[in-house]
Amino acid sequence: MSTRIDARFAELAKQGRSAFVTYMMAGDPDPKTSLDIIKALPNAGADIIELGVPFTDPMADGPSIQAAGLRALKAGMTLKKTLEMVRDFRKDDEVTPIVLMGYYNPIYIYGVDKFLADAKTAGVDGLIIVDLPPEEDDELCLPAMKAGLNFIRLATPTTDDKRLPAVLANTSGFVYYVSITGITGSASADSNVVGEAVARIKRHTRLPVCVGFGIRTPDAARAIAERANGAVVGTALVDALRGTLDAEGRATGKSVAAVADLVTALAQGVRGAKQAAE
Amino acid sequence: MNPGQSNPLPNSFRTGPDERGHFGNFGGRFVAETLMPLILDLEKAYAKAKADPSFAAEMKGFLKHYVGRPSPLYFAERLTEHLGGAKVYFKREELNHTGSHKVNNVLGQIMVARRMGKKRIIAETGAGQHGVATATLCARFGLECIVYMGAVDVARQAPNVFRMEMLGAKVIPVQSGTRTLKDAMNEALRDWVTNVHNTFYCIGTIAGPHPYPMMVRDFQCVIGDETREQMQEAEGRLPDSLVACIGGGSNAMGLFHPFLDEPSVEIFGVEAAGHGLTQLHAASIAGGRAGVLHGNRTYLLMDDDGQIQDAHSISAGLDYPGIGPEHSWLYENGRVTYLSATDDEALAAFQLLSRLEGIIPALESAHAIAKVVELAPKRPRDHLMVVNLSGRGDKDIPQVAEILKGEKK
Repeated sequence: MSTRIDARFAELAKQGRSAFVTYMMAGDPDPKTSLDIIKALPNAGADIIELGVPFTDPMADGPSIQAAGLRALKAGMTLKKTLEMVRDFRKDDEVTPIVLMGYYNPIYIYGVDKFLADAKTAGVDGLIIVDLPPEEDDELCLPAMKAGLNFIRLATPTTDDKRLPAVLANTSGFVYYVSITGITGSASADSNVVGEAVARIKRHTRLPVCVGFGIRTPDAARAIAERANGAVVGTALVDALRGTLDAEGRATGKSVAAVADLVTALAQGVRGAKQAAE
Repeated sequence: MNPGQSNPLPNSFRTGPDERGHFGNFGGRFVAETLMPLILDLEKAYAKAKADPSFAAEMKGFLKHYVGRPSPLYFAERLTEHLGGAKVYFKREELNHTGSHKVNNVLGQIMVARRMGKKRIIAETGAGQHGVATATLCARFGLECIVYMGAVDVARQAPNVFRMEMLGAKVIPVQSGTRTLKDAMNEALRDWVTNVHNTFYCIGTIAGPHPYPMMVRDFQCVIGDETREQMQEAEGRLPDSLVACIGGGSNAMGLFHPFLDEPSVEIFGVEAAGHGLTQLHAASIAGGRAGVLHGNRTYLLMDDDGQIQDAHSISAGLDYPGIGPEHSWLYENGRVTYLSATDDEALAAFQLLSRLEGIIPALESAHAIAKVVELAPKRPRDHLMVVNLSGRGDKDIPQVAEILKGEKK
């Protein structure tokens, strides 16, 4: 079974470059602006879109993404509306992969089977669920695989060689390497250390390895893209959006452009990478 | 789901959890990958300690000479007369060093942390009782201690903040979310994810990812084990009923667990009904449903989108939108009956107990007393009822004084 994610990585391999993966919170700062931003991402240079599903208690996220989630919830965002947003996006874009990233409870309450069916229909390609380690694969990972959705696992600096096979066993699409022990938007990792970690993971899998956490600038994105199959940027984009909001946290005329401009700059960094990891 | 109808009753209620940390459908290990290896290490370290007689001996020594155990089982004669029914006994956990049952668990976890070579201890706290117990044991064993506490709770439990700082702990007020216990737990988890290499997370209740609900329960079972012996000595038999308040539910589980397989013993847990169950409250079983938060599946307060809702209780220690997973299981299989008490009922019980028995209970424990006031008169005079007096109320006096002053105006 091949998904949009598999197709995108195959195409990038032909071009000989790494992927630029962007994260935005669905519904931040309101559902309409958020959809406009998501629609602008592919033209600005995003190869894969991660869409955060807002949750009240994001235990692995730093202050920026926590605040983005609360803005989205305040604007009435829900998991159901996040799926509607993906469906609207798919009207104009049949190729850019979309990965939903979030926490398990909203999906559990929505109902796993119903969620998987609705997500597939809407045009979702993969899931990253922070609080579902391999020990809980029965919950969502195995049903998602059956439903034809990629379940993308996080590997971290604490995932040692002994544990990696378990983490990779039911992973598909790509592996998301969290480059630091910490929350989103905190410290940044040394790109050489990251390179070694990616090489270690690649000894265990043929899947592409993307790296996230702590990448904020085009130079940092380039350095990571030279050592991995993809660079993920989230907090820096969320911060760029926040910088354009008015005192009440509402979107302004600058909101969509500010995110698109930063994505363009970061994408140039990724595309300027000397050589993608193989 | 109606209690008692989910599954056939187990042969024993005391064998859980299974090796994956499940109590029936509840519990589990819902954590980020960064934490997973640590949780597996902790599970191993705890299993090793549990099998080691020197660990038990060390615990016993500190429980006796440092904590002051056994805590008395006290016949509350005047309350019994006043209520005119069941003979009411108090398990006096408020007499422990640091003033609550929390120290039983913290001592155990600090012993495990020392065996694991961890030098930095983090904790979350609501009312501050768990924070004070953690700060105390860290002082005793020379460990660095960081306590996360919601900014709202820092304001309403000022005496405990001062105690923690006096003991050398660093108290970090949490400004995110609702700024209460759930956010303190989020922030502690964020710290743990960041400082995995040297940090031990000392969770204050029977919640969180496996093995915490089991481990904390085991450390708290000293309450029920002692009660069993002391009641045997006082009355020559088992008690007829047990009552305890529930936030996460560790004092309750500590009392209940050793009696779960005694069918003659009625067991009542008391959740915080806040302003009332149709308004803001903290009663996860009465007003919530099964969901996943903070590493485990359990009953939680949430909306239809799975977003966690704000809890409210007059008592900071019960102000949490969840409950330990083992309680969720004991609710669904019907072994334990879960009741709830409002802020006003707890406040009345707080004053009643102060006047009748000369014991100022914690507002948390006052919730249990509030239901004893309802249950005891309906029971015969030879009925033996034990209530867990889980904490003392010194920390609540400024808050209660403020409320009572407001009522007089």
